[in-house]
Amino acid sequence: MSATTQPTQPNQPTKLPLARAINESLRRAMDNDPKVLVMGEDVGKLGGVFRVTDGLQKDFGEDRVIDTPLAESGIVGTAIGLALRGYRPVVEIQFDGFVFPAYDQIVTQLAKMHARALGKVKLPVVIRIPYAGGIGAVEHHSESPEALFAHVAGLKCVSPSNASDAYWMMQQAIESDDPVIFFEPKRRYWEKGEVDTGAIPAPLHTARVARQGTDLTLAAYGPMVKVCQEAAAAAEEEGHALEVVDLRTISPIDFDTLQRSVEKTRRLVVVHEAPVFLGSGSEIAARITERCFYHLEAPVLRVGGFHAPYPPARLEDEYLPDLDRVLDAVDRALAY
Amino acid sequence: MTVESTAARSASTAPTRRSGTGGKGATKGTGQGAAKGAGKGAGKKAAPAEAAPAEPAGTGSPATTSRKAAKSSTRTTGTTTRGARGQARKPRRSGQGGPDAADGPQLVQLLTPEGERVQHPDYDVDLTPEQLRGLYRDMVLTRRFDAEATALQRQGELGLWASLLGQEAAQIGSGRALRPDDYVFPTYREHGVAWTRDVDPTLLLGMFRGVNNGGWDPNSNNFHLYTIVIGSQVLHATGYAMGVQKDGADSAVIAYFGDGASSQGDVAEAFTFAAVYNAPVVFFCQNNQWAISEPTERQSRVPIYQRAQGFGFPGVRVDGNDVLACLAVTRAAAERARSGEGPMLIEAFTYRMGAHTTSDDPTRYRSDEERAEWEAKDPIKRLRSYLEREKLADADYFAAIEGESDEMGVRVREAIRTMPDPDSMAIFENVYADGHALVDEERAQYAGYLASFADSSEEGR
Repeated sequence: MSATTQPTQPNQPTKLPLARAINESLRRAMDNDPKVLVMGEDVGKLGGVFRVTDGLQKDFGEDRVIDTPLAESGIVGTAIGLALRGYRPVVEIQFDGFVFPAYDQIVTQLAKMHARALGKVKLPVVIRIPYAGGIGAVEHHSESPEALFAHVAGLKCVSPSNASDAYWMMQQAIESDDPVIFFEPKRRYWEKGEVDTGAIPAPLHTARVARQGTDLTLAAYGPMVKVCQEAAAAAEEEGHALEVVDLRTISPIDFDTLQRSVEKTRRLVVVHEAPVFLGSGSEIAARITERCFYHLEAPVLRVGGFHAPYPPARLEDEYLPDLDRVLDAVDRALAY
Repeated sequence: MTVESTAARSASTAPTRRSGTGGKGATKGTGQGAAKGAGKGAGKKAAPAEAAPAEPAGTGSPATTSRKAAKSSTRTTGTTTRGARGQARKPRRSGQGGPDAADGPQLVQLLTPEGERVQHPDYDVDLTPEQLRGLYRDMVLTRRFDAEATALQRQGELGLWASLLGQEAAQIGSGRALRPDDYVFPTYREHGVAWTRDVDPTLLLGMFRGVNNGGWDPNSNNFHLYTIVIGSQVLHATGYAMGVQKDGADSAVIAYFGDGASSQGDVAEAFTFAAVYNAPVVFFCQNNQWAISEPTERQSRVPIYQRAQGFGFPGVRVDGNDVLACLAVTRAAAERARSGEGPMLIEAFTYRMGAHTTSDDPTRYRSDEERAEWEAKDPIKRLRSYLEREKLADADYFAAIEGESDEMGVRVREAIRTMPDPDSMAIFENVYADGHALVDEERAQYAGYLASFADSSEEGR
């Protein structure tokens, strides 16, 4: 069906940029299930502004890879209708800051419809959102709104940090009968990673220990996992063995994996780009405190964005958590 | 928490918590066979809607027209005869007798308020006497159901009710124009359309009683859940229609909404999507003149059906209190959709005779005279006049319908009074199709919490 380009051979790990891994995953899902549709602004001929859907329209046709009018509520609203008809739409919202016109449809309709119908209808809609900062973009192109969605019952939220996860988590998100908001770390789109298309992936809503350590746990997802790994490498030179947990899923959060890690390390620092106040780190801090109260040697600390609009690009390096800000929190936690 | 404090809380709260769950185990009233077949499949195919009145664009540039209209609206008193400028303003007090009809939008009408059958050049229906009686029965039973629900709200059995009083013709006419494979996306007031889809009326009461937030399987009758957020469902209908199109099926989809919803961005976006993809969807706007307290003048400067023109599909205004006209026009629009000609907007010009909901007080914003004017155009009265004049139904028939109506009233009251409250744990059901760890955790915690009251709650049971 899509045989024109096939850089990945089954069972043969290939190095792919994260964006390309999502592209291959979408291609595979469309090959496997004729009900899978891709829709959004510029996803067709252009292949999306980040080229994530590159070549899909050429191979699957305009009927399945749909360039939509520039109306986000319309995109999600019609995707709901298509899902009710039995389709599995994968919707692209072009940038994080543009999702809000669709927020009503996502929150009041998409999230609740399965429950309102007492389970009689399913809403297998995936909403892809390139999110977070670090690419020097203009306003509304660098935001991290994941907590606004994770707060809503009926939605599931995930964010891969690497190409392999991007590939497999997209497969799983499309297979899910629930709506999934798929947060793509846009600044990692071009980073290559090994993708084994014959692997057996971990379940979608599980965290992964990305680095073993004994002194403190760093928890992150999406774009911040790499920052945490760099921080752990730097800390090692100073004699501290940090564990890094790649959460991967924000709703639900895999607290069991995190709890096991914190019971071992006794300290936790949560890192995300989104503002700290009422961010996912707040929920993690509260729950881990409940679960691990007698294990903790220090309060759970959070590193993230400030309670300010995402700053102009010239200031984003100040705003975004980086190696030094993560290590500063690590030092504070270790000092208890 | 200490043992003492738990016990204290249990003792004080458990009986109260548990006392509200009486009636468990009682079953719902049996479903009932709704009217079938009336008005379906009869008559010749109505003419396509190409000739649907598209208002002349008027003179001058749109901007000029718009400014003129703005002046006009501030100056006119509502009673002066309006010229071309006034057409931009849709007077809600005038039916086909007012200036609106004299030189403005023409209503498609096949049955006058007096019950006289008239012809329209573009739309017609040819119904058997049985089908005509069927439409009458549909409207009477729908009105009766609606009245029962309003009464049940007054008696405290329902938390709220949104009455369709006055809109029976728009709903029965359009609903009876559909085939079983067509799909309906309603607002929360489409009790008459639900009736035409054979949805058990008592199912409609669940959300108003507060036992669920929807409560029926949309796919059993191709009748989607009621939607409360204004206009959202119009996009769902459009997306569904896009799916019908992709499947190569020849079903039509119909989206119901009101004059207030016509202001929503979602409705405008649905028009755009439907137009650019040529989706087989019928947009059925019941302009009942009032969005709670706001008249249609607060929603639009042009007659609502005219909006279609700017999106690139036909729009037509139909007498929403004329069940034959609503049937004819909807049938034509659905046929148009099925044959690949794309969407169409129908504005059913009608009137909300009752309050917006049982929580509303329309005396604060509209006059008795206005209501009286519309009472003269009652949809049921006019069909009855026609049936009587043409001797298509006799006194026995009308008495039989009254009897059936009374029986339904009993059945509805019985059903609501025996409707069981949901189980406490229903909160956690169907939040997700594939489950969610947090929901599982909270369900278990809450079950444990409830179980902790077990001892002290025995007396409260």
